[in-house]
Amino acid sequence: MGRKLLTEHINVEGINTFEVYRKHGGYRSVEKALKTMTPDEVVEEVKKSGLRGRGGAGFPTGMKWSFLAKPEGVPRYLVCNADESEPGTFKDRQLMSKLPHLLIEGMITGSYALGARTSYIYIRGELLYVLRILEKAIAEAYAAGFLGENILGSGYSLDLHVHPGAGAYICGEETALLESLEGKRGNPRNKPPFPAVQGLYARPTVVNNVETIAAVVPIINEGGDEYAKLGVGKSTGTKLISACGHLNKPGIYEIELGVPVEEFIYSDEYCGGIWKGRDLKAVVAGGSSVPILPKELILKNVAGENRLMTYESLSDGGFVTGTMLGSGGFIAMDETTCIVKNTWNFSRFYHHESCGQCSPCREGTGWMEKVLHRLEHGHGSMHDIDLLVSVAKQIEGNTICPLGEAAAWPVAAAVRHFRHEFEWHVTNPKEATAPGAAYRGKAVLA
Amino acid sequence: MEPTTAPTKPQFSPAAQAEIKRLLTHYPEERSKSALLPILHIAQAEFGGWVSPEVQDLVAETLGIKPIEVYEVSSFYTQYNLNPVGKHVLEICRTGPCMLRGSDELTEHLERITGAKIGGTSPDGTFTLKEVECLAACGFAPIVQVREKYYEQLDTPEAVDAMLNELRSLVHRPILPWEETGLPNSLKNY
Repeated sequence: MGRKLLTEHINVEGINTFEVYRKHGGYRSVEKALKTMTPDEVVEEVKKSGLRGRGGAGFPTGMKWSFLAKPEGVPRYLVCNADESEPGTFKDRQLMSKLPHLLIEGMITGSYALGARTSYIYIRGELLYVLRILEKAIAEAYAAGFLGENILGSGYSLDLHVHPGAGAYICGEETALLESLEGKRGNPRNKPPFPAVQGLYARPTVVNNVETIAAVVPIINEGGDEYAKLGVGKSTGTKLISACGHLNKPGIYEIELGVPVEEFIYSDEYCGGIWKGRDLKAVVAGGSSVPILPKELILKNVAGENRLMTYESLSDGGFVTGTMLGSGGFIAMDETTCIVKNTWNFSRFYHHESCGQCSPCREGTGWMEKVLHRLEHGHGSMHDIDLLVSVAKQIEGNTICPLGEAAAWPVAAAVRHFRHEFEWHVTNPKEATAPGAAYRGKAVLA
Repeated sequence: MEPTTAPTKPQFSPAAQAEIKRLLTHYPEERSKSALLPILHIAQAEFGGWVSPEVQDLVAETLGIKPIEVYEVSSFYTQYNLNPVGKHVLEICRTGPCMLRGSDELTEHLERITGAKIGGTSPDGTFTLKEVECLAACGFAPIVQVREKYYEQLDTPEAVDAMLNELRSLVHRPILPWEETGLPNSLKNY
């Protein structure tokens, strides 16, 4: 059983209240940072920890923090990205509902490090009930002197607010999120300028995922070097994995990075295997945007080595035989799953969620959805399969934000590894579209 | 023919006005437009679960911005209903992880027993069915959201009945349903 740095106390009765959270060591990182460390020293610890953004991109957090512009007399902001919407990912909702003070503590310590005097938590609008849990906890933190003027007599002051979105996947992209926070449509901005220079209200801004900010708490408490001892190589610390799909025990697991994928799926400590005694067919390991892998390739890489739950191991083989850790949204599919239908479902999602600014994404996602719909319903042709790959290629790299890639990758990977299943839909449409039909042939592994 | 009576202009309740005043303190004074999304949520809860053009104009007036600035936002985000809805809007997640655990069957089942089609309202005006994308509760699929409450693991007719009965028992359209009916199960039993 690995160490739990974030969720150790998650089942303690009343841990959502300030009093109980504090009794279990809560807000120590704020005391330590504000009383004994300079802001730069806090940034240094985060750099040493090797923490990488937990929202999906995996960019080193300490480096992101050190890019923040600090012009004299200009306010700067820390904004928490709680717009959790990547299909398969549901860790932040759970973390915020059960441990609201952990996020608030991380926001205070992080804001101190960055010199922000006002910070925001941007939460997806569907989670208004979580917003209320957070607001209650924030009020407790103000009352206890951990927010507001002159925190703990340190001279440092911070206001923290929660802001709801209203249903738009694209607002998880950091510049779309900032637009939305300014009361506008969530259209991603052209970069540069990056948010570190011109973010919220055109001021220097850092945007971090909920889990990233929460991880700052144990990093400051135990030190960056201690944190970096957990995990494997450049995948340090722990990660929340949202396990869903056809698993016996779906749910949220905090793992030390480095657990073998096979152990994660089959061990009773984690997901407990595939439901209904069935065989595993495929896994989408890091949220719907990352390439799907057939069973053989998710359990072992092409060299036959066990794949581990780390950034590096999952991406071993690039996009030919590998995938990504992404947001940790781990979707398992059993042997009865229709990959064509699933790919169509994801394409419909991206088409629905495209903001419409860039033609390749606006038109391309709709095109892919249409082609996949006809393949799934038995009206497709062999040419359609190549057409999908061609459209995906033309979206990739040609859009302002990564939604284009997010839409293209799953389609390209599904065709790469499950081409025979797509072809079967063309050659045997009656059989393929019968209720409960599933292709049981071999996947393409290289 | 001219309408005989002019429609009455909507007004926020005192409670909503107080909440709006509080929200406005969260943003720099010259950036009050930031409060647009949260105020639209309040407006939708106040005025029957949807935001009519008149209600959107009221929001614009409240923030001192042009009506078009509200329309372009309300039409972008899927949570704002731009047409009248039934007493309870059932937002059914249809995305991959929910589909893998039976959201298609759930949708069919709900259409059958409520008599509403996706995008429409049941004949008695109680339930509107709406398909939505991922609600970030994939481990507890399939899921339906009703205002601020998530109903999870709706993979049996009994679970669906329990949800519908709970909703039918609510006399008013509550603004905070989870305060009356509790949090989602997944949050009770982690």
